Amino acid sequence: MNDIAHLIQLLTVLLLAVFVGFEVISKVPTTLHTPLMSATNAIHGIVFIGAIVVVGALFAGPTSPLLAVISVAALTLGAINVFGGFAVTERMLQMFKKKEGPRS
Amino acid sequence: MSIALSLANLVAVALFIYGLHQLNSPPTARAGNRLAMVGMAIALVSSLIQTQGIGWWAILVGVILGGAIGIVAALRVKMTAMPQMVALYNGAGGGAAALISTLEFFVLASGNGENAVVSVSLVLSAIIGCLSFAGSIIAFLKLQELMTGRPITYPGQQVVNAAILLAILGLAGWFIATLGTMPVLAFLGLLLCSLLLGVLFVLPIGGADMPVVISLLNSFTGLAVAVTGFEINSTLLIICGALVGASGTLLTVMMGKAMNRPLTNVLFGAFGSGGGSEPAAGSGGPQQIRSASADDVAIMLAYASKVIFVPGYGMAVAQAQHSVKALGDQLEKRGVKVLYAIHPVAGRMPGHMNVLLAESNVPYELLLDMEDANPEFPTTDVALVIGANDVTNPAARNVKSSPIYGMPILDVDKAANVIVLKRSMRSGFAGIDNPLYEMPNTSMLFGDAKASVDALTAAVKAL
Repeated sequence: MNDIAHLIQLLTVLLLAVFVGFEVISKVPTTLHTPLMSATNAIHGIVFIGAIVVVGALFAGPTSPLLAVISVAALTLGAINVFGGFAVTERMLQMFKKKEGPRS
Repeated sequence: MSIALSLANLVAVALFIYGLHQLNSPPTARAGNRLAMVGMAIALVSSLIQTQGIGWWAILVGVILGGAIGIVAALRVKMTAMPQMVALYNGAGGGAAALISTLEFFVLASGNGENAVVSVSLVLSAIIGCLSFAGSIIAFLKLQELMTGRPITYPGQQVVNAAILLAILGLAGWFIATLGTMPVLAFLGLLLCSLLLGVLFVLPIGGADMPVVISLLNSFTGLAVAVTGFEINSTLLIICGALVGASGTLLTVMMGKAMNRPLTNVLFGAFGSGGGSEPAAGSGGPQQIRSASADDVAIMLAYASKVIFVPGYGMAVAQAQHSVKALGDQLEKRGVKVLYAIHPVAGRMPGHMNVLLAESNVPYELLLDMEDANPEFPTTDVALVIGANDVTNPAARNVKSSPIYGMPILDVDKAANVIVLKRSMRSGFAGIDNPLYEMPNTSMLFGDAKASVDALTAAVKAL
């Protein structure tokens, strides 16, 4: 029973996050849609942390070379996602400028 | 320890949400991205502390390798290539989710199985992660033009996809029934089928539909990450995945609306494959089409009071955004009011044109989206269409038989004069004739978009 209660708790969190997501994202203007995509891309790079957790648990016991390779691959992909995503978003957002007042 | 971790994750989530909130306007957007970065750093450090150094070398290798690849690519990529870059990062996230599930599977397979929640979420995250990974790679190859951007279709396509989907569902059922203790080969089969389906479902989708596909793949990865959260019991992953999933879904729906086509039509319609049969000739060439010289157009532009630029994918292909800005500056110097009208699906991803014009320093206040741009056209002297085609096609308004009938378009034909910069008379991506080109107030300026715009700038300067 405890398991079910826990699952419902997680589902509640999921549901609320979905609503918050729709609410927040629907206010983003079209001009920022590309940075929005790459920013959300970077945020799903959180999967990198998932990889760290899983690898941490895995390496606590005996492992095989195969699992080590998969671990490194998962971590590498996750890291590409996080670091690349934030870097490219930052680069794009730097470019969005207001109209300059007096001549530049 | 665990309480500290939970608190750190709470702070990270708050920063992500507030950071996304700040993306609601260009002046605060950069701070928003920084906040999200801080959130990620907090979550990262706290999870590293939690591992107590176990597996540190694998994490180190991953950070160095992945971080270097990610950051170098991010700093080098051209703004015109942003859609494929986003596709790659997206694929990386999906792939990571699938690999995490694979690791968990090996842990499960060596034990006596896990509970149902873990099994279901594990198999879902493996499937969706693989779909997203493979689909993103194909999207990347198409956008990078390493393979044709045209839809790839073959007889029985739908049947093959359905068969693979059934195989995936069957294997997933087996996996869940055995609580994750199925044979390794069967699990590998599941991964392969999912990868294959990811490839096959993006293959028939053409270049102009990429904004929808990129958004959809984005929401897939979000979903995969959320499900991974259930798998490893992490609310952090669930929340982040849900945020991304919501964002991707919202964008997908917006893009679909902007093309007036339901998602099923985009995914299964293989748009443009039918019309592509009449190559090159398109509308058959010289009907009542007027072509103008750069000098004629320059005079028209220079003595106008309001000009609207309408950029499309052609501007990105020709890398003409800086030239466009230079022309705009030149006109503004002469007192001409210059605006930019941007269709939601212009380019290859949501907001593609906006980023390119931002790169060339066009202030974002001058970029109008469709609702704001259309009322401007009737009082506009010249609408300059730069490499856009279908999104300006008036056939969408009144030709019921047209494949794009009903798609909201930019009303460039309502401007006093329309100048279309175009490489040749070839019809657009969808192979549809564009009656705009035959209208009495339209003139064509043939040639590469960048070369044409540069010629216009020079001609305006010389006046």
